[in-house]
Amino acid sequence: MAESKKIATRESFGMALCELAKEHDDIVVLDADLAAATKTEIFKKAYPERFFDCGIAEGNMIGVAAGLAAAGKVPFAASFAMFATGRAYEQVRNSVGYPHLNVKIAGSHAGISVGEDGATHQCCEDIALMRTIPGMVVLNPADHYEMIEAVKAAYAYNGPVYIRLGRLAIESFNDPDNYSFEIGKGVTLEEGTDVTVIATGLVVYEALKAVRALKEKGISARLINMHTIKPIDKDIIIKAAKETGKIITVEEHNIIGGLGEAVAAAASENCPVPVYRIGVEDTFGHSGPAVGLLSEFGLDAAGLEKKIAELLK
Amino acid sequence: MDKSELLELKKTACNVRLWTIEGVFNAKSGHPGGSLSAADIMTYLYFKEMNVDPKNPKDPKRDRFVLSKGHCCPSLYAALALKGFFPTDEIKSLRHIGAMLQGHPDMKHTPGIDMSSGSLGQGISAACGMALAGKLSNESYRVYAMLGDGECEEGQVWEAAMFASHYKLDNLVAFVDFNGLQIDGSVADVAGLDKLDEKFKAFGFEVIKIDGHDFEQIEDALNKAKTVKGKPTVIIAATVKGKGVSYMENQVGWHGKAPDAEQYQKAMDELKAQLKELEA
Repeated sequence: MAESKKIATRESFGMALCELAKEHDDIVVLDADLAAATKTEIFKKAYPERFFDCGIAEGNMIGVAAGLAAAGKVPFAASFAMFATGRAYEQVRNSVGYPHLNVKIAGSHAGISVGEDGATHQCCEDIALMRTIPGMVVLNPADHYEMIEAVKAAYAYNGPVYIRLGRLAIESFNDPDNYSFEIGKGVTLEEGTDVTVIATGLVVYEALKAVRALKEKGISARLINMHTIKPIDKDIIIKAAKETGKIITVEEHNIIGGLGEAVAAAASENCPVPVYRIGVEDTFGHSGPAVGLLSEFGLDAAGLEKKIAELLK
Repeated sequence: MDKSELLELKKTACNVRLWTIEGVFNAKSGHPGGSLSAADIMTYLYFKEMNVDPKNPKDPKRDRFVLSKGHCCPSLYAALALKGFFPTDEIKSLRHIGAMLQGHPDMKHTPGIDMSSGSLGQGISAACGMALAGKLSNESYRVYAMLGDGECEEGQVWEAAMFASHYKLDNLVAFVDFNGLQIDGSVADVAGLDKLDEKFKAFGFEVIKIDGHDFEQIEDALNKAKTVKGKPTVIIAATVKGKGVSYMENQVGWHGKAPDAEQYQKAMDELKAQLKELEA
């Protein structure tokens, strides 16, 4: 395995766009005055003729992306998750989702790990909003290497895709030499028999550390990295339900409408087992350092280890 | 344009209106008022102006039209059908279960529809995207959009206006079908759009004001728009809501209501009489 490095997935996203643009001249990138934050500025510097700042006007940005796609381009439109999916929800639904246009929407600064900006900017509802739009693919990569591959997969897929990006620099735990990404296919990171933990996005690495610590204490937990929330990998969920009898989901998102509910639905319709949802418990976040907030909300490795052990009692 | 061409356009517009009423009557719902006010402009675009081929509706080099005021699709469907994109018979099942023609434009299933629209304010942004794509690809196609006057109350229209101007989209022409009425009453009473021309000017547009039922004025405006470089053009067209059907004209109640059988007959009689007069 290559030497691990800490990098925010938003940064990986910007790098991935540049990589893709080398080979594909139909890629166009839009931002809404947040290029420095979403890291589309990396693309902007490399391909200024294919970068368009739309100003602080997210609704129009999504509409412009729809028009570009209708005319054969492959636009990636980026903003904070809050604005790309919240402010512009109806534009995404009606101008992108309904005509099933080939628009890729990137929502950066997702979840509470936005940190100091506080609740107005900490979007814990984006996954819920995007997964209810018919035909929308929802991706939530967990580290640098996964983001690079996810962006490539999003480009290769012909249709609307939402990609969730994080602000916080995180450990790159996947093995770049031995990693493949397929939309809709969860990845088993640890085998286990007592319970299956299914995590997504920025908290996958925290869950990995928690599961490994629990193994030391005699709890055999399977860990699945569910980088695609929609279409959800039913097979891997059903297999986990059958083989471990219990599922715990972990997400940096409201437990209403997110990964937990997607997993619970797949399990209850196919192989009903208890599904416990760990996440943001129907509340708003608040200001503070990202790492401190993750700890406060019980979404760091220590909090997850404690909670998983409790749920198994 | 010569007299015979003008006469042909007038006849076509009359047929567009006949099929508009046919559609809305068969649907038992829909928006006749704004469809009729926009009918002449759409007729001109599809039968004189735009480079479109009903046999190749997805031609990448074609001109595009986005009906941002998507609820007025009955007259767009009529124009597309008469142009040959699909059989006019489809219009009789407008808004029915399983029908191709939806209550608002659906680009996925209707040949000739360049953008799904209907949620007000959104079509103009998509038109900007298409115009930008044309610039990026060095294509010479032009993009036409039609806004309602009431639609200009949507903030997104002005976000799009800023964008179009900032990126110098001189291949974009937006019409405003200024019929003066919206669902809740006159535009002036509901929210007011005082000095719409000055608003667009301030946003960096070339502004042209015309009578939206005068084909020669429509032609002159579109020709002028082609000479404008470095900025988008808006054509503010004064129109009559319900134009062509006497009892619908300037009546806010006909914004979103279908005629009953008796009213349908009266509308068809009137329009057929107009057509007969043109043919005489």
